[in-house]
Amino acid sequence: MDTIPEIPKEEYILKCTSACAGCSDSLALRYVLKAAGPDTVLVVPACCTSVIQGIYPNTAFNVPVYNIAFASAAACASGMSNAFRAAGKKTNVIAYAGDGGTLDIGIQAMSGAFERGTDFLYICYDNEAYGNTGMQRSGGTPLGARTTTTPTGKTDNKKDIDAIIAAHDPPYQATACAAYPQDLFKKVTKALTFRGPTFIHILAPCPPGWRYSTEKSVEMGKLAVKSGMWVLYEREYGKLTIGAQSKAAIKKPIPLEDYLAPQGRFKGIDPKTVDILKQRIAKNLAKLAAEEAAS
Amino acid sequence: MTPDTKRERLAISRPTEGAAGKTGTWRVFRPVVDKEKCNACGLCSTYCPDAAIDAELDVDLVFCKGGGICANECPKKAISMVREEK
Repeated sequence: MDTIPEIPKEEYILKCTSACAGCSDSLALRYVLKAAGPDTVLVVPACCTSVIQGIYPNTAFNVPVYNIAFASAAACASGMSNAFRAAGKKTNVIAYAGDGGTLDIGIQAMSGAFERGTDFLYICYDNEAYGNTGMQRSGGTPLGARTTTTPTGKTDNKKDIDAIIAAHDPPYQATACAAYPQDLFKKVTKALTFRGPTFIHILAPCPPGWRYSTEKSVEMGKLAVKSGMWVLYEREYGKLTIGAQSKAAIKKPIPLEDYLAPQGRFKGIDPKTVDILKQRIAKNLAKLAAEEAAS
Repeated sequence: MTPDTKRERLAISRPTEGAAGKTGTWRVFRPVVDKEKCNACGLCSTYCPDAAIDAELDVDLVFCKGGGICANECPKKAISMVREEK
């Protein structure tokens, strides 16, 4: 059974975290740690990942983890990375934060770390709301999605964090999706070869938050990519490469309704909002395709 | 910090199996693999968020939470989710 021979068999998360059944954050983290290996330190701000580690004094994570306050993940990782490099160590420092800790609360520390050229990898796993506190709206929540603080659907657009990161001109940035673990593994491996700040934005479908049944996590991630709602690409020294799955979606996307309909959070979404979402997707895909052609 | 340091200033957790308890007790539906249909592609093991399916494709029922991604993603439809009887 060697369908994916390049991925190591070692697991760095012991059985079992207290993540919900079908949690795609656990799935993503499994492959992030497989790619990073044992010489890694995770810096985790308040998010689902800081909650699922287990009950003190036990943890399911078999790599060192530093749990820190919401706003300070990147600042902490920055200092940690500098200390490791000063001591001549090549330890991978990975800040692993949710969308709330990246797009909203952690953005200034992250922006600072990218500006200082810290040698670290910042991973944002995006379940498009504040998951562990009960799905409140975040900057990552898409237009029209219901959360506990937007019961009639969000009226604002999702923040384009990737464009904000691109403005910092890091050596490497990528988007990934938990439904494509091989692709995620490759991107993390690649990101860790660069010196300097690198960024990976992972879409992590969330069964209780998006209100679909647990077995559909991977299916939902694939639908997001196939409908163009999520685009897989990587940008290396400013050169954009769109992933094969997303290229197929640009040529022939599946109807957006196929992605929205199975999710309870988009139940009763107004057709006008769906049109706005479709226009934004088309605009985003056209922009990325043009950038790829030009670079 | 050396391992024998008595004064630990931070609250440190140690890696332990079962740190969140035996999560298999959460399960409502249990995955049952039909070995006749299974072609050992390994996708179930790839997609299991908790790595509860090992390389030999045996499910660890002590920790399997019964999420059912394995059954949903199986290309041969060899895994069925059966209600747990208690």
